[in-house]
Amino acid sequence: MIKVVQYINQFFANVGGEEMAHIPAEVRTEIVGPGLAFQQAFKDEAKIVATIVCGDSYFNENLEEAKKTILEMIKEYNPDLFIAGPAFNAGRYGVACATIAAEVKEQLNIPVLTGMYKENPGADMFKNKVYIVSTKNSAVGMKDAVKKMAPLALKLAKGEKILSSAEEGYLPNGIRVNFFEKERGSKRAVNMLLSKLQDKEFETEFPMPDFDRVEPNKAVKDITKAKIALVTSGGIVPKGNPDHIESSSASKFGKYDIDGVMDLTEETYETAHGGYDPVYANLDADRVLPVDILREFEQQGKIGSLHRYFYTTVGNGTAVKSSKAFAAEFSKELKQDGIDAVILTST
Amino acid sequence: MVKEIERAGIPVVHMCTVVPISLTVGANRIVPTIAIPHPLGNPALTMEEEKDIRRNLVARALRALETEVTEQTVFEK
Amino acid sequence: MKLELGYIYIKDIQFAEKSKVENGTLYVNKEEIKALVMEDQNFKSVEVELAKPGDSTRIMPVKDVIEPRVKVEGPGGIFPGMVSKVQTVGSGKTHVLKGAAVITTGKIVGFQEGIIDMTGTGAEYTPFSKLNNLVLVCQPVEGLKQHEHEKALRFAGYKIAIHLGELARTLVPDESEVFETPTVKEGFKLYPELPRVAYVLMLQSQGLMHDTYVYGVDAKQSLTTMLYPTEIMDGAIVSGNCVSACDKNTTYHHINNPVIHDLFSEHGKTLNFVGVIITNENVYLADKERSSDWSAKLAEFLGLDGVIISQEGFGNPDTDLIMNCKKIEAKGIKTVIITDEYAGRDGSSQSLADADVSANAVVTGGNANEVINLPALEKVIGYTSVADIIAGGFSGSLHEDGSITAELQVITGATNEMGFNKLSAR
Repeated sequence: MIKVVQYINQFFANVGGEEMAHIPAEVRTEIVGPGLAFQQAFKDEAKIVATIVCGDSYFNENLEEAKKTILEMIKEYNPDLFIAGPAFNAGRYGVACATIAAEVKEQLNIPVLTGMYKENPGADMFKNKVYIVSTKNSAVGMKDAVKKMAPLALKLAKGEKILSSAEEGYLPNGIRVNFFEKERGSKRAVNMLLSKLQDKEFETEFPMPDFDRVEPNKAVKDITKAKIALVTSGGIVPKGNPDHIESSSASKFGKYDIDGVMDLTEETYETAHGGYDPVYANLDADRVLPVDILREFEQQGKIGSLHRYFYTTVGNGTAVKSSKAFAAEFSKELKQDGIDAVILTST
Repeated sequence: MVKEIERAGIPVVHMCTVVPISLTVGANRIVPTIAIPHPLGNPALTMEEEKDIRRNLVARALRALETEVTEQTVFEK
Repeated sequence: MKLELGYIYIKDIQFAEKSKVENGTLYVNKEEIKALVMEDQNFKSVEVELAKPGDSTRIMPVKDVIEPRVKVEGPGGIFPGMVSKVQTVGSGKTHVLKGAAVITTGKIVGFQEGIIDMTGTGAEYTPFSKLNNLVLVCQPVEGLKQHEHEKALRFAGYKIAIHLGELARTLVPDESEVFETPTVKEGFKLYPELPRVAYVLMLQSQGLMHDTYVYGVDAKQSLTTMLYPTEIMDGAIVSGNCVSACDKNTTYHHINNPVIHDLFSEHGKTLNFVGVIITNENVYLADKERSSDWSAKLAEFLGLDGVIISQEGFGNPDTDLIMNCKKIEAKGIKTVIITDEYAGRDGSSQSLADADVSANAVVTGGNANEVINLPALEKVIGYTSVADIIAGGFSGSLHEDGSITAELQVITGATNEMGFNKLSAR
């Protein structure tokens, strides 16, 4: 039997409305409020062993204290699963549910689930940390919320595979999961276009991402003294690709010594990149990684020196997250080696 | 990658052909190059002519590194 | 322009003394096929194999998939400008061996071809596991350059598909369907109330072995232009590329373009399907700007209300996609784009290389980085050894027992960006 602890606010516990929002957390061992519907939906698979009731104002105004106390209360019951809410569009309640759910997940390492309306401020704050089931914007949607939350809660407790957000009903959490739709893509596109043309609501299958920004660093004061490193995502590697960098979706980067190398030739270097026509780069890798010119500049004193190593990976189909991790790793080395500036080439 | 290098505190110039992608991902110093399969070359030319092009592009990249910028800047010339 | 497609349903394929179609079975004379392929002096040898739905068979590395068709009425022939003479196709009558396909295989680039499994997990992701396939395993002569190998293989596929298509010339179709596109003027008169919709079809054109051909013209050397949708059904556009298998448009995808079919099924009811704008995905930024400018210009010129834009490939073509979308939206024309994603093996990374707020209606073919396990199958047509280096494979992809662990990328057609499949992601 799966043991469940649920968190609800003063309103859903029938203690009172706004005038009772100041009450501190307390434990009830009988089933309270929405717990009834959840218990019914769980049938014999799970049992709500305790319900924590806490005022919304109390939780938010005494955040650290509330988190600590509630965590202690939950621990008592050694549950297999923690459910908070659903909070619908109640802002402070939503934030409380998501905050405590995230805390429980992190501290007690048990599966957690909450539910709220997509515009609840708690949703944006925590949807990438805990599963938040998308509900209607008021308690009228309780039945619907339980219908989605109860099965997902059981799945989480049993450690079963969680399908895509579209199938399970949780708010998209930044993790893309494949699944089979009912209609093929072209038909979905036609239907989406018709809705868009008729000014009806439609849901994009992929919301556009926000790209973060980094402030530019100060310019190099005297380039003729600078130590410059070469980095490329064009997959230039010593002939034979000694580290087997993948042609697409690279899982690693390479670091290669070019001490004394004046020119990249057909016999010595090639590209491992599978996303562009490799002929030109294979004939003369300087076309992607300009070692020849930088050596020339080095001799003429136009730059201080060219760094002994170059770093390389294949950008083709490689997850942004992976290339970020590669760069974070080798940037540390570059920093340690006293590099003043980097030339990064991409294909 | 370009952002991570920048984040580490090293000035970086991104030499690439598809400038819009570089702008979208957030490079701050950008030098536009020739074509995707040969950013710093042009196989239609002789080796010497190609080297001239490459010399100019690398020189432009060095200039970009020497230039203070406050926002994303494409060094067209 | 009006075209009737007559479907002859193929439920089985067998080798026989005489090539023919009888009671839904495609009989093929193996030696005849071999002799036809060997007419090309670029080949040293050829093997011809069969792969049917449910067979414990893996085909790899796959280059192209082609549906056999034959033009029985009207001007021109299948694959105009490539195999048949250059003449505008898309009208009259065409017979189709529905349920059959010719598959070409070969180690051309080594890593830019795909896998088709006829059973198991892999089969669920590729539409070609449902077809009765004739597979050509061609060995090039020593020293043949990659691009010459690609070209020879491309033409071998067309030749055999046309040869099989000829078997349908005198048959009575099991079922027929008519597709008609009025002229711009007639369209305005016929459907004054309906929104005017076109399809912007982006063609892979990144260079040698990453090309698509339109009436024999290399798409990278063409400006954005227009076609009647039915021209494409007669093979006006063919694939000549070796890119990641999951989102390359094979010749089969082109002649069966699902966006065209699904727009036709709404034509005259909820929308007026005006035509197809074809544009390319070149490697020079100036080309990208020019081609997308022209897509937007033609869309405006045609007085459109909406477009569907489909992509081919990923990475820098994401920029062409976003440029097309942004520039067409800027004309006040509504867009839906079809793409696929590279969100990392765990799905938590950024999916596209480029983005814009105007791209607010997106259909996705799924995350190509998702890892799948393909069981060992009894028979492998082609060469398994490429599993480690194929795009989407990694060192250790191929296990000793013949099973493969790799990204979905390796499966031919798995995340198709014309919306050929039901696969999606959230």
